[in-house]
Amino acid sequence: MRGAYLILGATSAIARATARELARQGYHLTLAGRDMDELQRDAADIRLRFSVEVEVKPFDAEDFAGHAAFLNGVVDDGGELDGVVLAFGYLGEQTRASQEFAESLAIIQRNYTGAISILNLCAEYLAARGRGTMIAISSVAGDRGRQSNYIYGSAKGGLTIYLEGLRNAMFHRGVHVMTVKPGFVDTAMTYGLSGMFLVATPQAVARRILKARDKGVNTLYAPWFWRWIMLIIRHVPETIFKRLKM
Amino acid sequence: MSGQLTKKLSGWGRYPVAVCHTLRPERYAELGSNSESSIARGQGRAYGDAALNTERQVVLTERLGRLRSFDAQSGVLRAEAGLTMQQLIDFSLPQGWFPSVTPGTQFVSLGGCVAADVHGKNHHHDGAFSTSVMGFELIDADGGRRWCSREENFDAFAATVGGMGLTGIIGEVELQMRRVESAYIQATHHAADNLHAAFELFEQHYDATYSVAWIDLQARGAAQGRSVVMLGEHAPLERLSAAQQQSPFAIKARANRRVPFEMPGWLLNPLTIGAFNQLYYRIEGRRRTPFIIDYRKFFYPLDALSDWNRLYGRRGFLQYQCVVPRDGAQQALSELLTTLAESRHPAFLGVLKKMGKTGEGLLSFPLEGYTLALDLPFSGDALLQLLQRFDAIVSNAGGRVYLAKDARLDSEMFRAMYPGVEPFIQSKGVLDPDGRFSSDLSRRLELG
Repeated sequence: MRGAYLILGATSAIARATARELARQGYHLTLAGRDMDELQRDAADIRLRFSVEVEVKPFDAEDFAGHAAFLNGVVDDGGELDGVVLAFGYLGEQTRASQEFAESLAIIQRNYTGAISILNLCAEYLAARGRGTMIAISSVAGDRGRQSNYIYGSAKGGLTIYLEGLRNAMFHRGVHVMTVKPGFVDTAMTYGLSGMFLVATPQAVARRILKARDKGVNTLYAPWFWRWIMLIIRHVPETIFKRLKM
Repeated sequence: MSGQLTKKLSGWGRYPVAVCHTLRPERYAELGSNSESSIARGQGRAYGDAALNTERQVVLTERLGRLRSFDAQSGVLRAEAGLTMQQLIDFSLPQGWFPSVTPGTQFVSLGGCVAADVHGKNHHHDGAFSTSVMGFELIDADGGRRWCSREENFDAFAATVGGMGLTGIIGEVELQMRRVESAYIQATHHAADNLHAAFELFEQHYDATYSVAWIDLQARGAAQGRSVVMLGEHAPLERLSAAQQQSPFAIKARANRRVPFEMPGWLLNPLTIGAFNQLYYRIEGRRRTPFIIDYRKFFYPLDALSDWNRLYGRRGFLQYQCVVPRDGAQQALSELLTTLAESRHPAFLGVLKKMGKTGEGLLSFPLEGYTLALDLPFSGDALLQLLQRFDAIVSNAGGRVYLAKDARLDSEMFRAMYPGVEPFIQSKGVLDPDGRFSSDLSRRLELG
């Protein structure tokens, strides 16, 4: 008998695919997010296809005060959790963000502050049980700041560092923390963007995530070659990097 | 809302090719936020220009294919229209339910099945796809939703089934499935020496649930219309082997082959095809003792070869599918085959099928009679002129051409073939008053 997973930001394409892979393995699910109609649609589909129990909960990353009650509600209604997948995020618009602080703040709150607020609670919950998995979707954009998305990149970079520390802390308490850094994945967020190449499907990324979880991987680049692309990008000297247009 | 991707699209025939602005919503509520001209596209399996919209919007429904509900007692299933026939069967067959009507490929969306009102090998008994449709949600250009069924909004129902997506976006579909005992079909083949013999076999085996004939288009003169008539029934448990009875819905994963790249256009030529047809007729025509095959081999033989349309090379191909009323069908189809032979235009795949009663769709293709489909490599004007001669034969016989396969019929001929055009245009005026659903096909046929 499998336990349950909580999916935060469950309507993103990677989250949807991951939820289905988890359901295929027999886990019960709580899908959380803002768009209740979409969540209900996903929940109905997953129940029918995989015969698992699926709960749906409203979740707002920016409603920090509500996060503790939210998590209690998830456990009350969906049962004890084996794992949490954090998949919410907000790309935003860099140009607007650099001119309007409200947009910058939204990017930071939805990618960083909100993530920390809920992950702190989830970590304590799982650590108290002495086991579990935390999977968080960060981004390759967080590996190095660049002009086209550095507000988003800095928030994701912050999240990545937070997850490193959390992994360290949780290791001693029986909980595994995995950071996922997607490269180009074929989602609504990237559809129609120029300069996309070797794009992975959300399904392929989801399958890799669960395989990596089973192996206890710490940081997963998906598709895999992004590890090497980012290795190169991180090592370009700053004197050169600052001159690039990317 | 996701971004917009401008790219070249074509139908399954790979002719014509059009630059379109595609959107690919991942949320149901995003359907129906149209620009001035938009058309939905499911799996792109219409052959011609039905799901093309040159320099305009094409809404890809492939990310909106979730199951909504299923009653395992009654077999009523509801799903978002982007769901494919393959996904539907993978879900329902292990529970003993099969689509009541399926076209010749499972790589089609349910929305496409409604919009083209597709038919299958059981049309002579069970009608077109719309017969199995209990209802659907139609989304207008402002996102307004309307449930259409035989009880509610029937005018919209009749305009939308077979309406080629021009009345709005089909968001969800509710279907009555068919109960089956296994994933297997009990098939029987009969060789027919000529067209007359094929017609006789169809009449003689009217009771068969499924029937279709493969025609050897290379056979001429007295052998014109030489074919293999294939009949099928859902196999009851007692006809299966002991191993199959153990798990009647578990079938082996299918080796999927793929045409890796565009083949040179000369690959399919009268010599290679002639040799193949000879062989096929001799081997398949002999299988008169009933045999058991899995449903994919019976219904979807070509699905085993992904991207088979690439066999036709860069210029693509046209499929000409027509139906002519039963009285005079043999004469008309014989004339058509003679015209084809005399033209010396290569033609490879030919399929013949008896059809049953006309359905409810104003622009639905099927009518009681015989339908013939021909795959013809695109060769430019020579082919287009040949098809106009076919149109004349079909129209004179009181028949029509299938829009889901078409890329070239003209508006005048279309009106002669489809008496439902006027009421369709009236309904479209009500459902889409600003004319914001249109396609390359609708402009060609002057459907708005």
